[in-house]
Formats: sequence, C-alpha cells, structure tokens
Amino acid sequence: MESENRVIKDRKGKAGRVIFSAVIYFFLTVWALFVLFPFYWMILSSVKSYSAYNGEYIPTFFTLSPTLENYREAFTAVPLAGYFLNTLIFTLATTALMLLVTVFAAYAFARLSFPGKDLLFSFFLSLMMIPTELVIITNFQTITYWGMRNTFWGLILPSVTSVFYIYLLKENFEQVPDELYKAAKVDGTSDLKYLFKVMIPVCRPTIVTVTILKIIECWNSYVWPRLITDDKAYFLVSNGIQEIRENGFGRENVPAMMAAVVVISVPLIILFLVFRKKIMEGVSRGGTKG
Amino acid sequence: MKVTLENLTKRYPNLNRRIKTEVIAVNDLTFEIPSGKLVGLLGPSGCGKSTTLNLISGLETPTAGRILFDEDDVTGLPPEKRGVGLVFQNYALYPHLTVRQNILFPLENLKGAEKLTRAEMLQKADEAAKLVQIDALMDRRPSELSGGQQQRVAIARALVKRPRILLLDEPLSNLDARLRLQTREEIRRIQRETGVTTVFVTHDQEEAMSISDEIVVMKEGVIQQIGRPQDVYDAPKNLFVAKFLGTPPINVFSARIEKETLFIGEEAVLPAPGLPGGTVTAGIRPEGFLPDPEGKFTLSLSRVEVMGRDTSVVAEHAASLSGAVRAIISSESRPDPESRTVRFSLKPGKVLLFQNDEAADRLVPPGQKEEDR
Amino acid sequence: MKNSLKAWLYLLPALLFLGVFLIYPLVDVLIYSFEEGYNSTSGTYFGVGFYNYSYVLHDPFFLKALRNTVLLVLITVPLSTGLALLISLGLSSIKALRKFFQTVYFLPYVTNTLAVGLVFMILFKKTPYSDGLMNLLLRLFGMGPVDFIDGPYWAKMFVLCFYTVWVVMPFKILILTSALASVKDDYYKAARIDATPRFRVFTRITLPMISPMLFYLIITGFIGAFKAYSDAVALFGVNLNAAEMNTIVGYVYDMLYGDSGGYPSYAAAAALILFVIVLTVTTINLTVSRKHVFYD
Repeated sequence: MESENRVIKDRKGKAGRVIFSAVIYFFLTVWALFVLFPFYWMILSSVKSYSAYNGEYIPTFFTLSPTLENYREAFTAVPLAGYFLNTLIFTLATTALMLLVTVFAAYAFARLSFPGKDLLFSFFLSLMMIPTELVIITNFQTITYWGMRNTFWGLILPSVTSVFYIYLLKENFEQVPDELYKAAKVDGTSDLKYLFKVMIPVCRPTIVTVTILKIIECWNSYVWPRLITDDKAYFLVSNGIQEIRENGFGRENVPAMMAAVVVISVPLIILFLVFRKKIMEGVSRGGTKG
Repeated sequence: MKVTLENLTKRYPNLNRRIKTEVIAVNDLTFEIPSGKLVGLLGPSGCGKSTTLNLISGLETPTAGRILFDEDDVTGLPPEKRGVGLVFQNYALYPHLTVRQNILFPLENLKGAEKLTRAEMLQKADEAAKLVQIDALMDRRPSELSGGQQQRVAIARALVKRPRILLLDEPLSNLDARLRLQTREEIRRIQRETGVTTVFVTHDQEEAMSISDEIVVMKEGVIQQIGRPQDVYDAPKNLFVAKFLGTPPINVFSARIEKETLFIGEEAVLPAPGLPGGTVTAGIRPEGFLPDPEGKFTLSLSRVEVMGRDTSVVAEHAASLSGAVRAIISSESRPDPESRTVRFSLKPGKVLLFQNDEAADRLVPPGQKEEDR
Repeated sequence: MKNSLKAWLYLLPALLFLGVFLIYPLVDVLIYSFEEGYNSTSGTYFGVGFYNYSYVLHDPFFLKALRNTVLLVLITVPLSTGLALLISLGLSSIKALRKFFQTVYFLPYVTNTLAVGLVFMILFKKTPYSDGLMNLLLRLFGMGPVDFIDGPYWAKMFVLCFYTVWVVMPFKILILTSALASVKDDYYKAARIDATPRFRVFTRITLPMISPMLFYLIITGFIGAFKAYSDAVALFGVNLNAAEMNTIVGYVYDMLYGDSGGYPSYAAAAALILFVIVLTVTTINLTVSRKHVFYD
C-alpha cells in the first residue's frame, strides 16, 4: 500500500498528492464521525435532564448543564445493577466452561491419536455450518423440559460449545513443534501436564483472543436469553434494555434510557480499548479461517 | 553405559492407504554402542537413522527386536523411565520459559525417590549450564539467544538429569557453517568431560567422521558398515559406503581385470594380483591421483581449480560413471592448465574395487586382509 | 488402546455438549417440521407430512417476513461490501492516523446491538415533542418530517438497512484492510516500474489479489443478513409483526415463544426453509466465485 501511495506520488507531483490525500482524509473523517456519532448522542442525551431533553423540539448538540440524575434513575427505577450482575455471571461462567471444553477437545485433536480422528474432525467442521436458528427450537424445548427456564444453567449450557473455537485452538496447538512434545515425553511429562505447562502457555495469545471474543459474544447475546428467561431476576443486559424500551421508566424517559445504554456499553468498550490489537487480530483470523 | 540393539525392526503402515505394503524404516538392526563412546549414525535421509534414535529414546516402540541398556531390557519402557537425554535439530526449547526454567523442567518432573529439593534442582541446573557455558544467559528467553546458544541450552537440558545416554538428532543442521564447526567441538568436549554414552544422528558424513569414535552407516533401514571413521573411509564395505563418505566424493569408473591387471579404458593402470578377470567397478579417491608425466592413467583436462592449500584437477574420462573426475593434488605438482591431457599414476591404497553392484561387497585381493588396512 | 481411551476422555465434554445442544436438535428439528398438529403441552401429534411447510409458506406473516429479509439482503450486502472496500482502500493509502481510524471504525463490533439500536431509534423517531435529529437533517434539504419508526414502510426499511450497514461495517472493513495489507509490495513495485495507471493497478492487481476475501465477505454477508433479527428488534420492538418489520428468524421465534408462540412445528419448518434458502444462495455464490476468483 505504501508503495501504491508512492506510485501515485511519483506520477502526480506534489499538488496532486496533497489534494488526493486531503480527499481521502476528508472521507475517512466523515465515516469516523458517522461511526462515532451514535456514541456521542447517547452520552449527550444521558446527561441532559429529563425536562431539558423533552423541552427541545430541535435537539441541541451539546448541553451546558450536564446531570448524572439519569444514571441514578437508571439504577434505581429499573434493576439495571441486577441485569449487569446477571450478565457478568453468565459471561464468566460460559466463557470458563467453554475454555475448559474447547481446550481439551482441541488438544485431543491436535496432539493425541486415536482411530477415526480425521473423520470425527471433519464431522466437527461440518457442524460449523449449522445455524443457531435451526437448533434453538429444540434447545428451547430441552431446557423447558429440564425445568431450567429462568435459571443460570438454562442460560449457560447451550451457549458453551463453539466448534469454531475448537478449530481455531486446534490449528494453533498443531503449530507447536512436535519436538517439544517429544522433549517433554523424554523428560517424563504426562499429557495433561504437557497441556497445562507447555501447550497452554505457548498458545496463550490465541487462548486470550478466544476468551475475549467469547466474552463479547456472551455480553451481547440476546436471542437465547430472551427465549429462556421471562423473570426479570434473570434478565441479561440486552433483555434488560429491551424491557426498559418496552416498559421504560413508567414514562418515555429517553435520557434515563440512554444512561442505561451507556452503562451496558462501557464495559465492552473498555475491554476493546485495552485489548484492541488482540480483538482485531482474532476477528480477522476468524475471518480468514471461518 | 553400553547400549545393545538386537534384531531391531520398525515397520510402519504405508501412508498411502491404497498401497497395502508396509514401510520398513529399520530392518533387523543389531549393534552395540560401547559405554562412554560417541557413535555417529550416518546415512542419507530416509535411511532409518532417526527412527533408530527414537527407538532408543523410547518415543517409538519397535515392531520386533530388543533394546538393552547394559543388561536391562528397556524395550517396553516409556521414555521417561529410560533415563535418556534428547537434543533436537530445532532445539525444542519451551519458548515461554527462561533458560533456567527450561533446564529445570526435566528435574521438576522427577517423582518419588528421585524428587529433588528446589536448591538441589537449582544447583544441578547451574552445573549443567556451566558445562555448556551458558551460565551467563540463565534469565533470557530462547528467542533472545543465537542458534548456537539455543543448542547449548538444549544440551544442558538433556544432560541435567544425568541421563544414561545422550541422543542428538541432527543437532547441527540448523546452524550456519561457522557455528556448526564450533558447536561440533563443543559437543565433543562435553561428551569427553561427562563421559556419557552418546548417539549422534547426522546426514553429514564430514560431521560424523570428525567427532565420532565410531560411525554406523545406514541405508534403507539396514546397517551397511560399522567402524572407526578412518577405517570405514579407507576400507568401505561396498560402493554405497565408499560413495557416501568423502568430500569431494570418490570417482567411479567402469573397469576390468585382465591377467591380474586393472584396466580403465585401454590403459593398464594398476596391478591387481590374485583377482579373477572380468568387469569391475573401480573407485578412486580424489587424493589417490599423483600427477606423473610417465603415469599410466590419461584423462582429458577440463580445468584446474586452485583452492589455497590444495589444487583440484577436473578432468573427463570416457569410463567415468560419476561424471567429471576430480583429483586433489598438492599445489606444487599443478599441471599446466593449457595442456589438453593430464597423466596420473595412482596410489594403490586409494583405489577400491567393487563388483558391479552398489550393495555387493568390495573386492579384496587375497592375502590382503581387512585387518591390515 | 489406552491412548485412544484418553483421547475420547478429553473429547467427552465437547461431544456431550455438541450432542445435546447441536446434533440432537438438528435431527429433532427435522422431525418437528414433519409432525402435523404437534401440541407442545401434551407432546402429541396426529400426522406426518408437509403440512407445516405448506402452512408456513402460505402464512402472510411469513411471506411478509420473507419479503423484508430478502429486501434487507439485497440492499445491505452490496452496499456495505462496496462501502467497506472504498473505506479500506482509503485506509490503506494513508499513514498518519491509520491506527486511529481503524480503531474507531471497529468500535460498533464490540457494542451491544440492542443498546445502540435504541440510540438509532431515538435519532430517527418522530415524537409529539420532537421530530428527531434525522428529520432536522432532512429539513435542511427541504424534505418533510417522516416517522421512520412508526411511519411508512419504506422509511422503516430505510432505518433497518441503515442500522444494519452501520453494524456490519466493522467486520468488513477489518477483513478487507488486512486483505489489502497482505498483497505483496513487490506487485506494486513491478506495476510502478511498468508505469501502470492507478486504476489499472486496482483492477488488475489489487482486486484479483483480494478477491477471495471479497467473496468470503459477500458469502458471510448474505448468510448474516438472512439471519437478521436483533437489529430489527432494537429499532422496532419485540412485536415485529405489528411493525410490519418481521424477519424470517423473527418469525421462527414468534412461532416458538411469546404471545403468538407455542408452535414449534411451524418454527421448525420456517427455520428449515431459511436454512435451505441460505444454503442455496451460498452454493450459488461459491459456484460464481470459483469462476471469477483468483486464488494463488
């Protein structure tokens, strides 16, 4: 790309180059504003007072008297803290279980040998094509039949396995040279110990990536929790926000609603800003492999 | 510790499933590795040398045959119970651990009576590091080390448990030429200092010859010859071994014996007392040529290459089976590069005669016993 | 033998989870879809056949959902892919601020669809108190206020597409920028030596080189858009039928659960119809791509 840029530079001379990059920067900035604007708007609206917001027939782009009242309202008028805690429990438990299941399966596929391994793995891969929408019907029936509606187990269990993450980890495990395994064998390391003392530390970057991607997935999940919970005590943030939207604060209180939206968006945005590189790498790798 | 391999055989199912035959990686191997010696397992790739090493280490189990460490049969034992140290071509250091942690790793796995205290472990690790002279690098990670340093760490890790046998699988192949020479000397020194029985796998004959007490030449899973490097070089069992050892390689000619005289082309180049008439294959080591205006062996000269100490004469001969003929001579007797032909007389000990089959034994004139050479 | 037992032990948890929540449901959904008159409370049914499919295919709500979904797919997939390509090309040709722009552009990927959808609703909604920001903008161009959330069909479709594009862009930009970055510099150097015009460099070098990724994006874009649901819920609420904005997936869930729920057989049939549609479109895509895509 840089050289593409260079090609252009050499051909057009200085003036052309400046105009060209000015145009590009202009459009890129427009798109950035387009992406950021909803975030700005939600923060802005969340700090406008209820009366100020509803008094604006023409919405203003800033406020001179920001208030945190809406945040208080969001936490008191609706059980936002509860939704938050539920989502946290759900996310952590699901991710932890997923890691356990996935790491062991990936290890078996990558390192151990057993008859029918290739066949089983191809079968696993073909499972990646199955859309959730197809299996959710039966899962709904299963969980209902088990009496697990409005329980954490009901939320967690069907969300645990991900064939794709098994695939991703297996690929990564296989990149660890055979000699490391042989060396560990000669040193008297058991398979389990090798997995935990060598494989997992060596593949930590991928495991971290998988973990973060799963956390994002869990935090934002909406469809399954909506089907399986109708008791507000088990609502996750997505369902909570939907509930706030439908039944609100007793009245159409947009600023308080926006405060709630800000609150549930912030954790993931922080996570993203901290692990920006890992997340983007992971998603693009998922892209090339998926 | 002495290692004995008895009728060792390893067969694999063919990877191509349509072919039902098995691949024989190692075929009926029997030999003894004397205690405290450094033995080089030598052969082209696919000759079964690495499989042999894996069988000794216990990473693979033989289809048939036995492996004895001294008098103990270890054939069925897993690697960790055999007390072997293994060093790999690509070092196989754990990338997430420091040098010290890498060396400590095998010690931390010891169980039961062998279990060490932390202090003992650290002391042993330090000793091993000193032995291979990497004690200054203990807190670095493998990625911060050069290839040669990594290989030393790998050797330290293999030695820290005081293995009964040290196995090296192509330990020098990933190093550049200068480091290879250095590390080669290092391995020799470490082996001498520790006196550990060592098996060294390589495809580089020069490497094997230079540091081994004994070399084992293998081809297609079968041992071709075992012996001290110089002996194997001077008296190869067959044409394969003769061709495999030596740089530049041996020159091969189709020749014949008539009236107890060796003929190459129409020239009677050497007497061959006691040998029956017929066609043979003659191998002449590059250093077996002596420039001699009166010489009996005439070749058409292609070019003369001066390489410092030695001079290499490249020539053509109609009877050559190995392309251009290469002779190494001392620089004083360099022939005139402009001349069309060059004449040599041959050193009898550097001319080796074989039956017309690569695997068949070398022809030894009667009265000239193998031991004499 | 001992080793293979160990391997199966390692695989056991995954097999259990997949078996119960992925493989069994797959078989089960097929069975459901053919069981006529299934009663979810008693668990009984009185026949086997294609009635569920025929019911779904004749259900006006399903047809409406189908129409919405297809429209959404046809509008958003080409639009978002093309836009993402332009933005990625722009990103690839700058140096300063590139990281910053990339980070900003990726932000929507990590946000909660439901939550941000609410912001979009606010932006587009016309209420008695305010016409909303979008209408303010429209007025600058001399256009009348439109209620995008409860108003005419085309307006609602517009918002849905608008929001969908906003949501899917981060993934596409990311994939295309990394595809562009993986094109070897040597090709551009060679083109430069040959004095290749910029547009020709794009059509003859860049485009063929990234074509596998581009087609991958189109395929996943189709699949994703066919499964649209949460975006619509975020904008129009749970009762999508009332808003005329239901999607196929929404139809499946409505049949399963909620006020109109309790008909898993219809849900199963609808889900399978969706699956067949997606499979067909993907196959067509793959066939086309095999002819036109450059793989090295």
